[in-house]
Amino acid sequence: MSLLRYESQVRAPLVDGTKDYHQVTEDICRPVENKPSRLWWIGFSISVALLLFGILSVAMEVTYGTGQWNLNRTIGWGWDITNFVWWVGIGHAGTLISAILLLFRQGWRTGVNRAAEAMTIFAVMCAGQFPIWHMGRVWNAFFVLPYPNTRGPLWVNFNSPLLWDVFAISTYFTVSLLFWYSGLIPDMATLRDRAKLKWRKTFYGVAAFGWTGSTKHWQRHESLSLVLAGLSTPLVLSVHTIVSFDFATSVVPGWHTTIFPPYFVAGAIFSGFAMVQTLLVVTRKVLSLEEYITLEHVEVMNKVIVLTGSIVGIAYLTELFMAWYSAVDYEWFAFKENRLNLSSPYGWSYWIMMGCNVLSPQIFWFRKMRRNLFVTFFMSILVNIGMWFERFVIIVTSIYRDYLPSSWSTYYTPTIWEVGFYLGTFGLFFTCYFLFSKYFPVIAIAEIKHILKRSGENYKGKMNKEEEDTVTQFDEHHLHDHH
Amino acid sequence: MAKKKFIVGNFTDEAVLFPAVKKVRRAGYKLHDVFTPFPIHGLDKEMGLRDTSLHTAGFIYGITGTSTAVGFITWALTIDWAINFGGKPYFALPAWIPVTFELTVLFAAVGMVLTFCWLCQLAPFVKKDHFNPRSTDDTFVMAIECTSATNEEEAVKFLQAAGATDVKVETKDTGWWLGNYANDKMRFEQ
Repeated sequence: MSLLRYESQVRAPLVDGTKDYHQVTEDICRPVENKPSRLWWIGFSISVALLLFGILSVAMEVTYGTGQWNLNRTIGWGWDITNFVWWVGIGHAGTLISAILLLFRQGWRTGVNRAAEAMTIFAVMCAGQFPIWHMGRVWNAFFVLPYPNTRGPLWVNFNSPLLWDVFAISTYFTVSLLFWYSGLIPDMATLRDRAKLKWRKTFYGVAAFGWTGSTKHWQRHESLSLVLAGLSTPLVLSVHTIVSFDFATSVVPGWHTTIFPPYFVAGAIFSGFAMVQTLLVVTRKVLSLEEYITLEHVEVMNKVIVLTGSIVGIAYLTELFMAWYSAVDYEWFAFKENRLNLSSPYGWSYWIMMGCNVLSPQIFWFRKMRRNLFVTFFMSILVNIGMWFERFVIIVTSIYRDYLPSSWSTYYTPTIWEVGFYLGTFGLFFTCYFLFSKYFPVIAIAEIKHILKRSGENYKGKMNKEEEDTVTQFDEHHLHDHH
Repeated sequence: MAKKKFIVGNFTDEAVLFPAVKKVRRAGYKLHDVFTPFPIHGLDKEMGLRDTSLHTAGFIYGITGTSTAVGFITWALTIDWAINFGGKPYFALPAWIPVTFELTVLFAAVGMVLTFCWLCQLAPFVKKDHFNPRSTDDTFVMAIECTSATNEEEAVKFLQAAGATDVKVETKDTGWWLGNYANDKMRFEQ
């Protein structure tokens, strides 16, 4: 075959064990074809319960208005927008893994991309809830769209970052969904052709869109994936950049910062990878997919976490330095008195953020820690907590003390319905994830087969011959039959 | 829908499949298609398929998105209802870059996926004839179309000699129709 098939022995295999194409199909389809376990039912029930509590919380807010939340003057954006930015950030890892790593030809992405993309879509769905319900009169939510109306027509303000956000998030959701589903079609066909039960044949028959595996169709599929990856790469960077513009284009001390776009994007990747770890460390165990999502995968993602965590750390220090160096009293006050000062009302949140996001991920400089599943799981939770506090620090500590000291007195704590809304989005997220992990192949079957003969453990051994070749011999063996 | 006769052979190894494709084409058989469980790089070239122009379509959709965004925003904010936002120019092009970019991506992605589905005839409830259900699992299935010039027995032997197993002559529909798979016999029921 072609030269590209050969992979050096130095690289660890991406698929462990003795596998052939059929075994790959069997392994990945098994959880879909078996009855759900007790554990699945317990997890699913808890998620649905949380979702119902979330629906109740939102119903309270819609019925009685945003007064059900403890927002006040000056804290107009509290938990709600914190949660929005947090979920959007988490929704960045999937597309990063599937798009950017595809362009960089990172073979390891094939083990985790399907689940990460699903997670992205669910996270963006959760994120979207917050600005929508925050509108209060949600029945007017369609006012954000530019449509011919009887008010003039009065168009939306295309110069406003909040409107850019509407376009960015909805485009991101649509494109991620298309990317994910176009990758799923061939795997749905695999499930369809194995189905024994009537409902399975019907369901996967419809979901597979009539896929046959024709070479021409694969050729177009490859072209589609590549171009969608090329489009998604700037898209994923643009989304959190635009979210950061919601803050950075204002003149509020603590928000008015040009470093926000790269800082938000790095933070988004950081928190997204943490959520991927949280889910996959559990998923690989419960669905016995350890041979596909190997320790190698976990380690690589931990490397991304320590890298992006450190970028975020540098960003925190840079904005701190710039606040002091700018010699703007208000900017420096926001940092020194509202954040750094541990005895200020919200000082604790700044130090939780620093501890979880900057200090604790440094443990991943050690290989042993990167390959320890308990440490990985614990750290992934810690990073998610830290990244929630980052958004809380940015949003709340920047606005709870405005220029008028008489409005400083109110300490903002969320009501049960604000917390309930947040818990409800966990319900939505995990309900979707549980359904996904039961009815969809959590690993891209076709993509694993594609790399199997290059990166599978039992095939890599057979490459030893090439390792001993001289360059000329290698050329002779491989160049001639490549067209 | 056109029903046609095919010689269908199965392969389990790409290393056997590639030379077989070459032999079949050289011998002058009409190679209908090869169905594979995953994309095999180079197989399209080997089969003599031309490159897809799907990416060109994507580019056209993309610039359609760009011009739609710039055109519409310019019209809305400078001609239809010009509003003075903080004393800035009506034609505030830099501020429109984010929306323009997003619409470019949106148009390109949605357009390409729809075109892909159109070209490959993929949609929910679409049904097609299977040559071998194992082609979505671990088998590369080659179908040679029988023409008036094809000697079936000879072609079967030729495929077997090229390394194919379980070679059969089958009549299959090459089109698509609406239907579901509920009553089909699937792989593990045969």
